[in-house]
Amino acid sequence: MTAFVYPFEREYMQLALAAGLVVGVSAPLIGAFLVQKRMSLFGDGMGHVAFAGVAGGLLLDVWPVWTALVFTVAAALAIERLRARGTASGDLALALFFYGGIAAGVVLASRAGAMDAGILTYLFGQPLTATRADVFAVTILGVVIVATIAVVGRALFATVIDEDWARVAGLPVAGLNAALAVLTAITVVAAMQVVGVLLVAALLVLPVASGQIVARSFRGVLAWSVVVGAGSVITGLVAARVWSLAPGGTIVLVAAAVFAIVATTVRFRRGRMPEVVHAVSGHGEPHEHPHN
Amino acid sequence: MPVTEATPLLEARGVTFGYGREPVLDAVDLHVHPGEYVALVGPNGSGKSTLLKLLLGLLEPQAGTVRLFGESPERFRDRRRLGYVPQRPVLARDLPATVAEVVATGRLSSRGWGMRLRPDDRVAVDAALTAVDLTAERRRLVASLSGGEQQRAFIARALASGPDLLVLDEPIAGVDAASQRRFRDTLRALVRDGGTAVLLVSHELGAVGEDLDRVVVLKRTVIFDGSPQELVESGVHLGVHREDLPLWLEGLR
Repeated sequence: MTAFVYPFEREYMQLALAAGLVVGVSAPLIGAFLVQKRMSLFGDGMGHVAFAGVAGGLLLDVWPVWTALVFTVAAALAIERLRARGTASGDLALALFFYGGIAAGVVLASRAGAMDAGILTYLFGQPLTATRADVFAVTILGVVIVATIAVVGRALFATVIDEDWARVAGLPVAGLNAALAVLTAITVVAAMQVVGVLLVAALLVLPVASGQIVARSFRGVLAWSVVVGAGSVITGLVAARVWSLAPGGTIVLVAAAVFAIVATTVRFRRGRMPEVVHAVSGHGEPHEHPHN
Repeated sequence: MPVTEATPLLEARGVTFGYGREPVLDAVDLHVHPGEYVALVGPNGSGKSTLLKLLLGLLEPQAGTVRLFGESPERFRDRRRLGYVPQRPVLARDLPATVAEVVATGRLSSRGWGMRLRPDDRVAVDAALTAVDLTAERRRLVASLSGGEQQRAFIARALASGPDLLVLDEPIAGVDAASQRRFRDTLRALVRDGGTAVLLVSHELGAVGEDLDRVVVLKRTVIFDGSPQELVESGVHLGVHREDLPLWLEGLR
């Protein structure tokens, strides 16, 4: 670690870098599947539920990471169950937990007497205050995410293309969807420390948005998204240190800037807006090829 | 139940189904034996798509039984033996998936969905791409292909597991004439040379009608089950307006 030079010569910056890199790598891996399933806002909803979990932890005097993990995993499974059973449409189920989560967070935090500057750490992230225990927990969560995707990634990809086909092929579609929901919940909790619950969805989606423009295959999207995610974390932390900026917000702004640069470059090279814009905005149109 | 030569690969007996109070299928019997080339046809709204979902285990019949390779769909585990080509899915323009990546998912049922693909899986993918003449397009994004090319990519995905039975849902809808002829040749080679059984679900048969062993006409229940020649000779009346008749049936007459 002593080999690090400015701006990573201090231990707190090294810990922030370690936690940030774990999140920068793992979040886009999950985001690539969410974006293709038109579930880009799922991470945002999980972030709101995580806020309730943090507030619950503060109220119960339990480490907020654990309570956030319990809250988000439970909510993720509940949303997926509602969606799969058709009880509520995907976005309506998400909205129920989205608003319920933030409301519960406010109520629980006020009950705990924690509606002060301390709660901002969780809302907007503060990687510079991460402890070794925090980094250890984030790393464990990151390893779980990457290892799980390594095993179920191909099958998840098959469900992205066509869920009915995947069922006929004998793939456990309900289990895979539940796994993706739980992985998203875990990612949100891991990323909470780095960019905060309000910005967590950005690390799930923005690197993927850039990766989809550059890559020419799904494997390529995963690789480019991870590069952009990790690169945004490093660049964001450096910029935050050099110019004394809020690191969570800076990381997200870097990821957004990368997308803007890549999208603009491609637009000028191809003479039109890249198709990924439709995906990110959730307005992807069915493709009708002129040959038909 | 042991699978023997006489065991149909696919069988429906007295299958009845409805959405709410609306009856869609009434006591439907259907079977496909090894090596058979069968078309399930009928006008729009005849229950073809619902029957297909029941046969594949995506829906459960309200009465009657369905058997896949001699087993109920929920107990049927050897999924590599069943190749399924759904109606051409509406792909998002931004789907970043190459033809080879899509076809490789067809190996998940053979290899096991959590396992890494191995060299013999790549050989199978190459063979499936060759069978549909898409080898040159393997690195292209599937969403950038024409409708006919996309359909061939999805047929290749179904072939990648080396199935004994191929089920195709409206495979030639919206596909140009040249692609239909190529599609006919591909299926002909599969059935005659590979011994693969085929169940083709369609409201029009286009170029493939002459190759069929059997035609099953569905209109809520099976109103005809026999060879294409018998169908012509029997002068089947579907009881619908001429404009609703499948184009292939008009051709046969």
